[in-house]
Formats: sequence, structure tokens, C-alpha cells
Amino acid sequence: MTHSADAYYVPHSSYLPIIASIALTVSVVGAACWFNGTASGPMTFYIGLAMVLAMLFGWFNTVVKENLCGLYNAQVDRSFRQGMMWFIFSEVMFFAAFFGALFYARVLSVPWLLGDATGLATHLFLWQDYNEYWPTNGPANAGGDFQTIGAWGIPALNTTLLLASGITLTLSHHALKAADNARTVWWLIATVALGSVFLGFQAYEYIHAYQDLNLTLASGVYGSTFFMLTGFHGFHVALGTAMLIVITIRAARRHFTPDNHFAFEGVAWYWHFVDVVWLGLFIFVYVL
Amino acid sequence: MSTATADHHGPARGLMRWVTTTNHKDIGSLYLLFALIMFLIGGAMAMVIRAELFQPGLQLVDPQFFNSMTTVHALLMIFGAVMPAFTGLANWLIPMQIGAPDMALPRLNNFSFWLLPFAFTMLLSTFFMNGGGPASGWTLYPPLSLQMDAGFPFMIFAIHLAGISSIMGSINVIVTILNMRAPGMTLMKMPLFVWTWLITAYLLIATMPVLAGAVTMLLTDKFAGTSFFSAAGGGDPVMYQHIFWFFGHPEVYILILPAFGIVSAILPTFARKPLFGYSSMVYATASIAFLSFIVWAHHMFTVGMPVVGELFFMYATMMIAVPTGVKVFNWISTMWRGSMTFETPMLFAVGFIIMFTIGGFSGLMLSIAPADFQYHDTYFVVAHFHYVLVTGAIYSIMAAVYYWLPKWTGHMYDERLGKLHFWISTISVNVLFFPQHFLGLAGMPRRIPDYSVQFADWNMISSLGGFVFGLSQLMFVWIIFKAIRGGRKATDQVWEGAQGLEWTLSSPPPYHSFNQPPTVR
Ligand code: HEM
Ligand SMILES: [Cu+2]
Repeated sequence: MTHSADAYYVPHSSYLPIIASIALTVSVVGAACWFNGTASGPMTFYIGLAMVLAMLFGWFNTVVKENLCGLYNAQVDRSFRQGMMWFIFSEVMFFAAFFGALFYARVLSVPWLLGDATGLATHLFLWQDYNEYWPTNGPANAGGDFQTIGAWGIPALNTTLLLASGITLTLSHHALKAADNARTVWWLIATVALGSVFLGFQAYEYIHAYQDLNLTLASGVYGSTFFMLTGFHGFHVALGTAMLIVITIRAARRHFTPDNHFAFEGVAWYWHFVDVVWLGLFIFVYVL
Repeated sequence: MSTATADHHGPARGLMRWVTTTNHKDIGSLYLLFALIMFLIGGAMAMVIRAELFQPGLQLVDPQFFNSMTTVHALLMIFGAVMPAFTGLANWLIPMQIGAPDMALPRLNNFSFWLLPFAFTMLLSTFFMNGGGPASGWTLYPPLSLQMDAGFPFMIFAIHLAGISSIMGSINVIVTILNMRAPGMTLMKMPLFVWTWLITAYLLIATMPVLAGAVTMLLTDKFAGTSFFSAAGGGDPVMYQHIFWFFGHPEVYILILPAFGIVSAILPTFARKPLFGYSSMVYATASIAFLSFIVWAHHMFTVGMPVVGELFFMYATMMIAVPTGVKVFNWISTMWRGSMTFETPMLFAVGFIIMFTIGGFSGLMLSIAPADFQYHDTYFVVAHFHYVLVTGAIYSIMAAVYYWLPKWTGHMYDERLGKLHFWISTISVNVLFFPQHFLGLAGMPRRIPDYSVQFADWNMISSLGGFVFGLSQLMFVWIIFKAIRGGRKATDQVWEGAQGLEWTLSSPPPYHSFNQPPTVR
């Protein structure tokens, strides 16, 4: 029987998923051993990570090839789009957990620790002298005294960078739709550059926090929420930048056409999502 | 490209077929088999629990091990048995019910499944590490859960892997339903199993990442010096409970919504009447899902919340009884004046309605905040959730297996044995769980290996019921095995009253369900 031109493409059996499962398992086993202080932990983790990267490379390579062979019809394209949107939604909820922790601490539990609501300071028995509201590292002064990072220095600059990168990415998208390949690639390169500078500043800020401000993950609930939120965000920016680099290369190889460029759009959505999360961070972690 | 000749292939040969498959039926079978194995391992742990509780005093296992039995029993049953079983059913049925060739993202589908064996092997491996398995209860409340020894990071990562699997599986389900329906299959024509799974998948994508966040914070609290859940650093252990239950309550609906869909498929077949109130079923499911996001703190009434909080969560919880009541009303109306026959799937479905409703009622009692101060952390809660989960979720899964097994295998199962399985299970499960209501009301705490002597009689009775229930599930395994091996040939329609696209296919159906989409009027 022949393959009718518009059939939904159901790939054949594939080794990629099982490799992916094994790779992920090796890396988390490595990480767990590392946490436990087992000597072989880091090595196992890095091997797993390398396997994950190789698997991702293989997986996306396959998908790109299939796409270039014209195996994907409009319906398959829709599946990818919807899948990407729901994936981003799951990421939103992941960040929601950490934002929730931040709000809960600031709005409810720290004031309670100070005696709010009941009128009875709940810390009186153990920690009589506790009276700081926010930023706080708790009544036990976890991690020792620390200073915070002001909003209007590097963080404000970083906000501008990310917002600008959103614009350059949109310009690139417009160029792509106008079939202007050179501009598409150049605006993408600009986006990658902005993302990388953001990451550089973020790394600088972390070093500054650890070395000069004594602001660490262990600085009580302030340090915990600060680093968890900005850290996971930074990790997502790094991922997003890597994805941008991939589509830059693909754009340079003319993989995209004005009406077939899901990979580009998927990465763009992801990048905008990372952007929006940063705005939330900037307001709730740095400014307020 | 050699891979271009994608469809019209039969299965690959040999064992690697199962490892590399992208076929929704193969993957569905894998999920179901995996769920069955987890059900048996988790069941064995339940037997250990009931054996220890057979008499007061410490007899068989030490308390730490007892606690890890209750913890891992719950984790296996929830994440390893019920959820994968529903996902397996989704894989098998959704493409057939909406007229699609396969799931939307077939390779991702395989990945979602194959993460599970690794995740649960990792979870179970913690039993062999320093300090043993997790023993803090499946809710993993800090600071207790942080006292776990070497197994701790393995358990956390096992939860992460299982979570990634659920999220990817759910994305696949949603995209399949929204994008792969046959022409004419409008949303309001979809079978209710498809509807309930659509909403379940949404709940999963919205809450599994929150669980991931919560356990990640546990991990950093233990290893990276953070103070999310430690008051000394300005955090709060109660915060964990809020985040956990923001996931946890929608999770219990994840465990029951597909069951609603299954029962809504089976009842009309054997009552030979269309489902009563189809659209109200859809709206009830959606409102249950919505409400499930704003009731989480009913698990924490006794933790010391402001009174406004107690009241809000109490009333919100009670409101869920309204859409749930709509459903039960519709099921009963479906059966009303139907020409009913009671084949095994129907028995399980009717059993579901009666016993799930008992669980709903005890839930309603628990939702009364002042009363919950007495019930909380007692066996009453244990009785409640076992009525909704065992005689609810698990019964629906068994009903589904009996109902669709002839379609899947092409063979009828042994009806006589099936009925026997139902009756032994139903009698024993009530002997097992009904007395736990009395124990709880009398004050017996949950998750404790020993108890005072006034609880002895009901515990012994409950344990006896438990052993019978546990053993009778081996019958289930045997019946399935027999039907796979052979048996009376099933017709395509299998059940005389069955309606829906899956019954238009042959039994067993072709490897790829609908290469040409059927037209739905
Ligand atoms: C009418 C609907 C329901 C109501 C009003 C309700 C209410 C409650 C309440 C208030 C609790 C907390 C009791 C306590 O810890 O003191 C509870 C516990 C629980 N419920 Fe329900 N429930 C309902 C339906 C369900 C369903 C459908 C399921 C699952 C299929 C379920 C599963 C559970 C579980 C697993 C727990 C115990 C969690 C734990 O502490 O380990 N409930 N329920
Ligand atoms: Cu609940």
C-alpha cells in the first residue's frame, strides 16, 4: 500500500526514547550519589549529562531530517505547536511553586513568626530578639549577616537586555516571514548575544553576592527564594540561549521557510516565556 | 529516507518491539502491565501492614520498616499503579474512540512509559540503602522526611522522573484529543472517557510541576542549606504542606476523573440506554477540576490556620459534593428502567457507584472543619480514601479491563471467574475497610504499627478482609492471563449494547487503528 500524501506521520519504532530514559536515569543517579558524597557521583552525573546531550542531539536531528523530507503535514505541525504550548504551561506552574513559596513567606509566615495575626509573637520562647521583616534570614540568622542586591543596578540592566532580546527575536521572525534570510540570521545573532550578556551579568552578580555580600543559598528564606528563583530562571535562559543558537544555525542553513518554521516559533515562545518570568522576578524579588 | 514508509506495518519482531515501539496499543499494554506489577508489589506491602496490625503489639516488623511500608505502599499505588493504569487505558482507548491513527506524539509516548520502570526501580532500591526506604508517609512532610538517610535523593529523583513521565504523557493526551479527532467528532460528541482524560491531563500538567517544585525544595533544604521549610531560617514547615496539597488535592481527582469516564462508558452498555445527562457530566467534570484547585487546605485543618482559612476551605470543599452528586444522579438515572444485565464490567461499575459514594460521604464528613479535628490522622481518613481509591479508582480500572479486554485480545474472559472475582473482592474489601471507619472514630491513629487493646477486634477483622482481598486479586491476574492465551472468540461489537468507534474495529483491532479517519455523524 502506498502512503497517502496527507497521512499523519507515525514514526517507526525508535531507540531514542529508551536511550533518553537511560540517560536521564544515569544523570539523576549520579546526582543522587553526589549529594550523598559518594566519590563516583560527579563522574556518573557528567556521563549521564553527556548522554542526555547526545540523545537530544540525535532526537532533534531525526526530527529535523523528517521535517526536511516533508513527512510532517499541517496536522503534525499543529501537534508540535500544541505540545510546545502545554510544555511551557507546565514550566509556568513549576515557577509558580517557587513564586508561591516567596509570597507565602513574605505575606504570611514571616509576619506570623513576628507575632502577627495572633497578636502573640510565636518566636518569643526560642528567639526573643527576632524582629526583622524582609529581607530576613530568620531568627537563627541562618548563614550569617548578609546584604541584598539592589534592583536598579545590574538587575535593571538585565531587564532591558531581556526585553531588547524579545524585540530582536520578533524582528527576526518578521524577517523570516518576509523571506529575508540574512536579516533573520542577524537578528537571531543579536538575540543570542543579548541572552549571553544577560547570563554573564547574572554570573557576575552571583559571584558578587557570594564573595562580597555573604548572600548565599544558605542565607535563610531570603537567600533560598532569591537563588532558587533566579537560579532556575538563569538555567532556563541558558537553555533558551542554546536553543536560539541551534535555530540560528538552522536558519543560516536555510531550514526555515516563511510558512514552515515551527522550531523557530517554538523557541521564540520559550524565549518570551523566560522573558515574562524575569519580569515577575524583577518586580517581586528585586524591586519590592 | 528509509523511514518514510511509516504506516501499514505490523509490529516489529522480538523483545525489542516493546522497547522501541511507538504504537499506542503496545505502549498501552506496557503501561497496563507495569501498573499490574506495581499493584502486586504495593499489595504485598499492604499485606505486611495488615499482618503487623493483626494484633496489638509489635510482632513482625520494626516500626521504621512499618512506616516505610505505609509510605511506599501509597507511592506505588498512586504513582505506580493507578496513574499508569489510567494512562495505559488512555493509550489504548483514546485514539480508537476519537478515530485517530495513533497518539499525536508517538516517540514521546514511548519515552513517557519507559521512564517509569527506571523511576520505580530507583524508588524501591532505597530499601537496600543505609537507613532504608522513605518512612515519612507519602506526603513527605518536613522535617520528618528530611531525616531519611542515603535513600533520600534517590527517592526525590524517582519522583522527578515519574513526574516528567506524567507531564509528557499528559501533553500527549491533550494534543491527541484536541488535534487528532476524526472529522465530525466535535468536542461534545466525545465519549466521556475522552472528556475526563482531557481534564485529567490538564490537572496533571498544572500540578505535577508544583510537586516537582516542592520536592526540589526538600532536596535543597537537605543538601544545599536552604531554609524553605525551617523556621530558624525564616521559612515554615507548613509552607511545604500548602505547596504539597496544592498538588495533592487535584491529584486525588486525577485518580478519579478517568474512573468517572469509564463508568459512564460501561453503564449505558449494560443498561441499554444512552447516558443520562451527557452535557451535565461534562460540565460537572470541569467544575470538579476547577474546584479541586481551591480546596487543598482541607488536608491541613488541624495545622493552625487562621479561622477565615478554615472556613473558606471548608465551604469550598463541600461545594465539590454538588458536581459529584450530579454525576451519581446521572449514573443512577442511566440505569433507571434500563434493561440491565450484570456481566462482570457492569458489576464492578455498579459496585463503584455504591462504594465510591460511601467514600464521598465520609469525605463530606471530613470536610467539616470542626469535625475533622477529631477525624484527622485517624483510621477514618484511611477508610475514606480507600473507599474512593480502591472501590473507586481500582474498581473502575478492573471494570475497564473486563469491559475492553475482549476488544484488545479478541477473546472473551471467563465470565464465571470474573463474577466470582467481583463478589469475593467486594465482600472482602468491605470487611477490610468498613471497620476502619469505627476504628478511626474511636481514635485509632494512622501510620502507627501498634495500638491499644480496645482496637484489637476490628483490626483483626480488617486484616482478615485484607488477606482475602489481597489473595483474590491473584484471580484477576489469572483471568487476564487466560483471556490473553485464548478463550471464546469475541465479536467486533463484543457487548450487544456497546456504542462508540472502538467497537466498529475488529477484535483485536488492527495494529494501526484508523488509517483513514472514520466519519462521525
Ligand atoms: C466528595 C468528595 C470528597 C471530599 C469532600 C473529600 C474530603 C477529604 C478531606 C477533608 C480529607 C482530609 C482528611 C484529613 O486528613 O483529616 C480527605 C483526605 C483524602 N482524600 Fe478525600 N474527599 C473527597 C473525595 C476524594 C476522592 C474522589 C479521592 C480520590 C480518589 C480522595 C482521596 C483522598 C485521600 C488520598 C486523602 C488522604 C490524604 C492523606 O492524608 O494521605 N478523596 N478527603
Ligand atoms: Cu483533598
